[in-house]
Amino acid sequence: MIPAAFTYYRPRTVPDALSLLGAHSEEARAIAGGHSLIPMMKLRLATPDHLVDLGAIAALKGIRAEGGAWVLGATTTQAELIAHAGLARALPILRETALQIADPQVRARGTVGGNVVNGDPGNDMPAVMLCLDAALEVAGRGGARTIRAREFYRGAFITALAAGEIVTAIRIPAPPAKAGAAYVKLKRKTGDYATAAAAAMLSLEGGRIATCAIALTNVAPTALLAEAAAAGLIGAAPGAAAFAAAAAAAEAITDPAADGHGPVDYRRRMAGVMVRRALAAAAERAGG
Amino acid sequence: MAKTAISLTVNGEKVEALVEPRTLLIHFLREQLSLTGAHIGCETSHCGACTVDMDGQSVKSCTVFAVQADGADLRTIEGLAAPDGTLHALQNAFREWHGLQCGFCTPGMIMRAWRLLQENPHPSEAEIRFGIAGNLCRCTGYQNIVHAISAAAATIAGASKEAAE
Repeated sequence: MIPAAFTYYRPRTVPDALSLLGAHSEEARAIAGGHSLIPMMKLRLATPDHLVDLGAIAALKGIRAEGGAWVLGATTTQAELIAHAGLARALPILRETALQIADPQVRARGTVGGNVVNGDPGNDMPAVMLCLDAALEVAGRGGARTIRAREFYRGAFITALAAGEIVTAIRIPAPPAKAGAAYVKLKRKTGDYATAAAAAMLSLEGGRIATCAIALTNVAPTALLAEAAAAGLIGAAPGAAAFAAAAAAAEAITDPAADGHGPVDYRRRMAGVMVRRALAAAAERAGG
Repeated sequence: MAKTAISLTVNGEKVEALVEPRTLLIHFLREQLSLTGAHIGCETSHCGACTVDMDGQSVKSCTVFAVQADGADLRTIEGLAAPDGTLHALQNAFREWHGLQCGFCTPGMIMRAWRLLQENPHPSEAEIRFGIAGNLCRCTGYQNIVHAISAAAATIAGASKEAAE
């Protein structure tokens, strides 16, 4: 398993990376942690002629608070995210999710940006970013723009990112007051993609659900925002009956593939089970 | 294909080499440096047999290009024993606790355990199992590997306590 030959670049700045990607547009790929791209290159399912390594660009690294929001540099590794105490206090769902991705060695290299941007329906961070209403900061030769995660995913491995653009950071808004969130994943073994997984965040006011967002992993060609499921919970008292109704509404929008993870009906039902568990954990964390 | 010059530290020694950009780190270590301790198992980032330490982290060297290790500080299983051949506490513990059978996973398993014990010098059994989740062993059922890592942690803690006294 030896990749096809390519020319390697290790730019130090975002403009340099963009010029390299622009100069070789169709034949170039950006690489971050490489734990999706390198396996594809070894199988020769990806054969870029030019590989632009984003790993040496300091501006793409780091985690910082900006007001109530958090900004994650695109090449922040899962290990760096897990180790960040401030982020773990403010948005514990991110650490909870990262710990369920692959294994320690993969988390040492794999990046949050790569997980979000690759468009693989099996990746875990996209659903979390849908749930938290994150925004992706994008740089291209034509300038910078922001794309909401909720408008980013178009199909399996198809995103709103244009050729020659890179995501530089992910901005996560402050969660509502008295919110709790959880990411619950069913997988067959360590390192596996989810059979089904769900992210949920809700906030409570006077014992009732005031805000709610739910998103699903790996039960459709993209991560899914379960809008009707979440909307149905507004004003409800948190509990098994309300969560079962939300789970049913979430199951209804799934379109899972039958594969090694199980048949369609099973994966659909597991999506519902993950929604119920994620909602229950989120409600408990919200103080309900 | 044009080769790229890289310069790195491997087991404490400076290494300069020319590599094709597509050369994977595991192939560079095994074929150019003749460090055959790290093994090629699955070649798909799952099994962990190729685990080495790179800049203070365990990585799967089948999923890193050698050019990406330019400037890095690497340690492989060959760099664990003392220069006089005295085995590291982990190597001793794997032998004493029968933490291996065929031995294929052992270099990767020990290198991962070596980094784990620096991240967490006193891991619980659950923490050890979570910490070595990226290393597969098809022989032992892991039980004795976990025992060995626990025993090595105790030995290392005892040795550092002795040194402090």
